[in-house]
Amino acid sequence: MTQPASIQPKKSFLERLPSLSILGPVVALVFMTAFFGFSTTTFFTSRNLSQILQQVMIVGVIGIGQTLVILTAGIDLSCGVVMAFGSIVMTKFAVEYGVPPILAIFAGIAATTLFGFINGILITRVKLPPFIVTLGMLNIATALTLIYSKSQTISGVPDALLFFGNTLKFGETQITYGVILMLALFTLTWFILSETAPGRHLYAVGNQPEAARLTGIPTDRVILVVYTVAGLIYGIAAWLLVSRYTVGNPNAGQTENLESITAVVLGGTSLFGGRGMIFGTLLGAIIIGVLASGFIQMGIPSTYQLLITGALVILAVATDQFTKRKS
Amino acid sequence: MNNPKIVMQAKNISKRYGQVTALDGADFELLDGEILAVIGDNGAGKSSLIKVLSGATIPDSGEIMLDGKTVHFHSPIDARRQGIETVYQDLAVAPAMTIAENLFLGREILRPGFLSKFFRLIDKKKMLQEANRHMQDLKIGIRSMQQSVETLSGGQRQGVAVARSAAFARHVIILDEPTAALGVKEGNMVLELIRNIRDKGLPVIIISHNMPHVFEIADRIHIQRLGRRAGVVDPKKVSMSDTVAVMTGAKQPADLGDGLLIA
Amino acid sequence: MRKSAIALLGLGALTALGFAVAQGKSPVIGLITKTETNPFFVKMKEGAQKQADASGAKFLSAAGKIDGDNAGQVTAIENMVAAGVQTILITPADSKAIVPAIAKARAAGVMVIALDSPTEPADAVDALFATNNYKAGVLIGEYAASALKGKKVKIAMLDLFPGHPVGIARHNGFLDGFGVAGVTADTEDLATGPQVVCAADTFGDQAKGQTAMENCLQKDPGINLVYTINEPAAAGAYQALKAAGKEKGVTIVSVDGGCAGVRNVDAGVIAATSQQYPLKMAALGVAAGVKYAKTGVKAVGYVDTGVTLIAKKARSGIGSKDVKFGLANCWGN
Repeated sequence: MTQPASIQPKKSFLERLPSLSILGPVVALVFMTAFFGFSTTTFFTSRNLSQILQQVMIVGVIGIGQTLVILTAGIDLSCGVVMAFGSIVMTKFAVEYGVPPILAIFAGIAATTLFGFINGILITRVKLPPFIVTLGMLNIATALTLIYSKSQTISGVPDALLFFGNTLKFGETQITYGVILMLALFTLTWFILSETAPGRHLYAVGNQPEAARLTGIPTDRVILVVYTVAGLIYGIAAWLLVSRYTVGNPNAGQTENLESITAVVLGGTSLFGGRGMIFGTLLGAIIIGVLASGFIQMGIPSTYQLLITGALVILAVATDQFTKRKS
Repeated sequence: MNNPKIVMQAKNISKRYGQVTALDGADFELLDGEILAVIGDNGAGKSSLIKVLSGATIPDSGEIMLDGKTVHFHSPIDARRQGIETVYQDLAVAPAMTIAENLFLGREILRPGFLSKFFRLIDKKKMLQEANRHMQDLKIGIRSMQQSVETLSGGQRQGVAVARSAAFARHVIILDEPTAALGVKEGNMVLELIRNIRDKGLPVIIISHNMPHVFEIADRIHIQRLGRRAGVVDPKKVSMSDTVAVMTGAKQPADLGDGLLIA
Repeated sequence: MRKSAIALLGLGALTALGFAVAQGKSPVIGLITKTETNPFFVKMKEGAQKQADASGAKFLSAAGKIDGDNAGQVTAIENMVAAGVQTILITPADSKAIVPAIAKARAAGVMVIALDSPTEPADAVDALFATNNYKAGVLIGEYAASALKGKKVKIAMLDLFPGHPVGIARHNGFLDGFGVAGVTADTEDLATGPQVVCAADTFGDQAKGQTAMENCLQKDPGINLVYTINEPAAAGAYQALKAAGKEKGVTIVSVDGGCAGVRNVDAGVIAATSQQYPLKMAALGVAAGVKYAKTGVKAVGYVDTGVTLIAKKARSGIGSKDVKFGLANCWGN
C-alpha cells in the first residue's frame, strides 16, 4: 500500500447550512406573519390563523400529489380539474343517483385515481412527456367536468360528504377535520418518503433515473405508482373541496392546477426532480394563504398578492438552479 | 503460476447488429483474484464484450460460464443476482442522495420484524454503520456517510460507485473506464481502491483507454481486436508499445514471445 | 437567506401602502368582484372607493382570479369577515356555490349585498343592487324589431356561457322585446325563436365573440341581426362581419353602455345598447354599508339601478337617449 486513499471532502459555507431550500420558506413565512401581525389588528388572531389553514387545505392536499410527481422530475398540470371532476362524481352520485354517500365518495376517488393511472401509463408506456400528457388531461378533465355536470352547480349534498368541514373548537380557534386530515396526510407522506425503501427509490428515480434503473429499481413502475397515487390524493382533495364549499362546483379547480405547483416550488422542491421536502409544500401553501389573507386585511388590492407570489416563485426557482449548478 | 481457478469464462461469443459484426467468436477468461484489463481500439468489440458479460446484451451465440457452470443473463439484474456487479461510466450515482443511500440504493437494509418488512421500512442506522464499515474496509477516507454525493469530488464519487459494487459483488466486479475524466491524484486514488478490492479476493475486470493506468494496475491484459481476442499478455513482460502495436494490428501476437499468455 | 432578504424588501415597500389605510372605528366595507380585469368591475371598484372615501369608510377589495372562481371569492369573504367588515358587496361568480359562504358571513352579523347579478336563491343575500337584465334585453329587442321592420330577419345570438342567470335574462329579454311569442321573464332556460338561426357562447370576450360570429356566418351567411351579451362580444362580431364584407347590412345590438361600447354606437358598429350603471351599484352599496354601520339598519330586497337605451338613430315609438348622453354616463375608458 503506497498511500491511504483518503481525501477530505470540501464543504463550502452554503453546504453547511441546514438546506437552504427549507430555510428559505420558513424565514419568508415567519417574516410575513410578523409583518401582517404588526400591520393589522386582525391578522394575528388564532381565529384568522386557523382560518388560513382551512383556506390552504385544498391546495395543500393537492400539493402532496404534485410534490410526489415533481420529485420524479414530472409535472401535473391537471391536478385541480381532476379534483373538480372527482367532486362532481361524488356529489352527482350522492345527490342525483341517490347512491349511499360512502359509495359516492369512493366512486369520486376511483375516478380521480383512474385519471392519475392514465397519466402514468401515457408517461411510462407510451413515453410521452409529463407536461404534454397532463396538459391534454387538463383539457379533457375540464371538458368532462362541464359535460357531466351540464355546467350546473350541484347542491343539497348529504352530510357524509361534508364530514371534513366539521370543526373542533378551542375557544375562537376552529380547526376543521379537513385541516387535521391534511396535516395527517403530510406526516404520512413524509414518513413514506423518508423511512421506506419505495420512498427513497422515488427520490433516486427523480434525481438520476439511469443510476436508479441500473441498481435494479423498476423506474417506470415507480413513476406509474406515483401518478396513480397522486390521482388518489386528488380524490381525497375532492372530498375536502365538497366539504369546504358544500356544493359540487364544475368551475372549481381551475386555479389550483398552477397554485399547487406554486406551493411546491415555494416549498423548495426542485422542478428538476429528486430534491425537496414534503413539508416545504405545506409551507408553500401556507405562504400563499397568508399573503391572500394579509393583503385583504391590509386593504391592499389582490393584484399585489400575485406580484409578490410571482417574485417569490422566481426567487425559489433561482435558488434551485443555483443549487443544481453548484453540483 | 500455480493454475488459479477460472472464475468467469466466455467461449465463442458472437453478436451482430444488422450488417455490423460486433463480436465474432470472442473468448474470454477471468482468473480468481486478478485484475484483468480489457483494451482494444474503437470498434474492436470491447464494449460489446463487456455488455455481454454484465447481462446488458444477449449474445447471438456462444457460452458464458461462471465457476464452470453455464449461465444465461437476460438483464443486468440477472447478472447481479449471480454476484456480478458493474460500474457504468458517469451513470453510477444519484448526486442528491447521501453516500449511505447510494451504497444501498435498490438494496436497502430493512428494519427487522414482519411489519417493517411488509412496509419496507429502512434501517437508516444500520445502513450508516455498514456504509462506514465498507468504506473503511476499502480505505476510502470520507468523513460522513450522510453527506450528499454531489458534495464529493469526481474521484470520490467514483469511489462510492466502486465501493457499492464491492459491497455487493460476490463473484466479479466490472468497471467501465473508472479513471476517465479524473485528475492524476484522483485517478491514483481509484487505482488504489481497485487494488484494495483485488486484495480482498474479488476479481476485477477493468475497461480502460488509459495505457499507463492499465499497465500500473492490471495482472493480465486482454487485447480485443476485430471482434475477437487477439491475445492475453503479461504487463510485466511486454512493453506498452508492443501491446498497443498488437491492439492496432501493427504486430502479430506471436511476435511477443513469452509475454503472450494466451493466443 | 437571500429569499428572506428579498421578501423583506418587497414587504417593506408595501408597508407604505399598508399604513395608508385608516385603522379607525369607521364603517368597514368590502367589495368582491368576479375578476380584477374586466373594466365593468374596475369601474365598480373605483366608484365604491370614491364613495367610501367621501363618507369616511374603510374600503377593502378582492376578486376571483378568473371568471367563475368560486373558491377565490369564498376565501375573500372569510378574510373580509376576519378583517372586521360590517358589509360585503359581492358580484357572485357562481350564483349557487357562493351561497353557503354568504350564509356564514351573515351569521357572523355581516350584511351581504349582491351587485350586478343575483344569487340562487335570491334571498341568500340581504339585498340585490343590479340592472334589470331582462329589461335591458327587452329594450334592444324592441329597437331591433323596429329597425328591421318589414325585413326577413335572421338572428345570431352571441351568448355568455351556459347556465348564467344574467346571460339567460338578457337573451330572453331580447327575444321577448323582439316579439318572439311565449318568452317571459320567468322562462328558465335560454329560449329560441323561429328567426334565430345560430347561438354561440362568447364568455363576454371579444376574441371569442369574433370566432362565434365567424362560425355563425359559416352556418348562415344571411344573418342580418346580431344580439350580443356585451360590447366586447359585439366588437368581436363586427370584426368577423367586416372580414366577410357584411358589416353594412347587419344590425348589432348589445348590453352594457361602457364608454368603448358607446363610441362604437357612435361609429355605427353597434346600432343600440342598453346602458347599465356599475358606479351606481357600487355607490348605493357603499352608502347602504355606511348606513348599516351607523344605524344598524340593513338594506333589503331588489334595487333596480336602472337601464337606458342608447342609440345613434332614434326610432319612433322607441324611447332612447343619444350618444352624447351615453358618453356622459358611460363607464370604463
